[in-house]
Amino acid sequence: MAIIIDESTRVVVQGITGGQGKFHTRVMREYGTNVVAGVTPGKGGGEVDGIPVYDSIREVMELADASIIFVPAPFARDAALEAISGGMDPVVIITEHIPVHDSIEIMDRAVSHGTRIIGPNTPGILSADKCKMGVMPSHIFKKGSIGLISRSGTLTYEIVDALSRNALGQTTTVGLGGDPIVGLGFIELLDLFEADNETEAVVLIGEIGGNAEELAAEHIKQNISKPVIGYIAGRTAPPGKTMGHAGAIISGSAGTAKAKIEALQSANIKIAEKPGDIPELVKSSI
Amino acid sequence: MKLHEYKAKEIFAEQGIPVPSGILVKGPEQLKELQHPVALKSQVLVGGRGKAGGIKFADNIDDAKSVLEELFKLKIKGLAVKQVLVEEKLDLEGAQELYLGFVEDRAAKTITAMMSAAGGIDIEQVASEMPEKIIKKQLQPGLKTLNPYEAREMAIQIGLKGATMTKVADIMCKLFNAMIVHDAVLAEINPLVITKDGMIIATDAKMNIDDNALFRQKNLLKDVDISEEYTPIEQKARKYGLAYVELEGDIAVIGCGAGLVMASLDTIKLYGGEPANFLDVGGGATAENMKQALEVVAMKDNLKSIFINIFGGITRCDEIANGIVEFEPKIPIALRMMGTNEDEGKKILKEHGYNVFDSMEDCAEYAVKLASGEEGR
Repeated sequence: MAIIIDESTRVVVQGITGGQGKFHTRVMREYGTNVVAGVTPGKGGGEVDGIPVYDSIREVMELADASIIFVPAPFARDAALEAISGGMDPVVIITEHIPVHDSIEIMDRAVSHGTRIIGPNTPGILSADKCKMGVMPSHIFKKGSIGLISRSGTLTYEIVDALSRNALGQTTTVGLGGDPIVGLGFIELLDLFEADNETEAVVLIGEIGGNAEELAAEHIKQNISKPVIGYIAGRTAPPGKTMGHAGAIISGSAGTAKAKIEALQSANIKIAEKPGDIPELVKSSI
Repeated sequence: MKLHEYKAKEIFAEQGIPVPSGILVKGPEQLKELQHPVALKSQVLVGGRGKAGGIKFADNIDDAKSVLEELFKLKIKGLAVKQVLVEEKLDLEGAQELYLGFVEDRAAKTITAMMSAAGGIDIEQVASEMPEKIIKKQLQPGLKTLNPYEAREMAIQIGLKGATMTKVADIMCKLFNAMIVHDAVLAEINPLVITKDGMIIATDAKMNIDDNALFRQKNLLKDVDISEEYTPIEQKARKYGLAYVELEGDIAVIGCGAGLVMASLDTIKLYGGEPANFLDVGGGATAENMKQALEVVAMKDNLKSIFINIFGGITRCDEIANGIVEFEPKIPIALRMMGTNEDEGKKILKEHGYNVFDSMEDCAEYAVKLASGEEGR
């Protein structure tokens, strides 16, 4: 098994006619993703690489289950609300630099429709050898029994690659997104991995800013029986400076790597000091 | 993006929030006359400017001018004073100071409203020692206007009554409008003063605007000077569109992807080194981007080595390699490169005499050794 997406997921690409949308549609199909349609308002009737393009999500409601969004930030709110109202689930928002007030609105609408949002500003989600809705380099992934949840992009690739090289394949890898306000979080995904028969252990990759890791630590204590291995980026980050991701900022005493590591350790989670230590910690836990 | 007090007050006034009358001056000569005693407030984007001597008072034009001379020479936490807000001085004897604020709340995925009767310069101490004195309320996500009854409930909870209560609630609603209209992630009045004779007025103002929303807040950018918030190197990096943060150490770090760069800094530190900066060249960086990244990090004095950590997904290693070779750095480099077009990239670098690592940990260790002089290039 895998979580959220698998070989049966039928995907629509919103923004399929743009450069990013076109390129990644091709790469996702090469990985085996079943891309059934694209949506770009005003370009309905055309096609991209043989995939039919429609003007609206309403027209593809019967064809597709899930949506991946590549539209530019100023239009992303509209695209996401359209996907949610059209019943797509999950909705993966690759777009970065979406205004926070727009994200708040998207997440609220998603909650009321029961839609799972991944992102924004995420590399996406990939269930190994089954389905990829995202922009991550496909070749580093290997099928196996490790679940991976991360707030970062390239750091995720680094760790997936280290796992694969050490014969530790993955079930599903999820990038939560680097923004302050995102859809699915550590807690929802930990629960899904806990319930997934194939997943034996979960790697949780956090970073400075916010308190998502602290809340996850509390949740793990009460609800998660599978081993969890953690890594937190940003131990050396100074307060008040945004480290690339809009969400990676230490404000006052909140959001430091130290506080997060302590919280996770108190829930018996092994913390890697360096990304390269993760495979060993995983092996010793399963 | 943080706004200066004067700019935030302009926005508040547009929304109908009472603020003291004042003018902004960029030099002592710009102040011509005074109708009344004034407060002279340095416009710098750091907290604690009052305690640092950045706020003064004057009763007549001569005093005001000499105070301005002083203020324009002042540096507050390293920031030069370039603008001073000259405001009508209020009689604050016996006045009550409230705190009103709205802030983005990540965990709740909404905006949280805050109000306190214990406003003023010690609000942060109140927040950590007596958090019960600050009333908080998570608002319905996506709310465009604050319901007056919600604002009144908060005002009643902090102990206000009668006309004062309704007026403060009204200001709270207007502050929320300012937050929504201008895509703020923080809007604060601290303090909102209630004078002895019942006048209510915002004597300080704070707003942070969402950087991601600046495309639809262009009028706010008109008179913004970024030289204050960023060091000269950070300004150069912003020009190139690179995410750069200056740090204290002597090992420059360049990578692709914010998380990986943060992890690189941490790894340098684990091996006993001190990173000089955070620099994310971003996904899909070209040779030109890489050259610019090297140019930016090399601006810092006393660099001992440069650690370059690339895991190419959409970034191509040959592009990165070409950028390095074209720049010809004078400072010793520790290079790690993996991913898309790795072989092509390594070939280019090896032809130019560079050693390339596969493991980021080994490479970080090497960068630290280069910096300490334990290894030569």
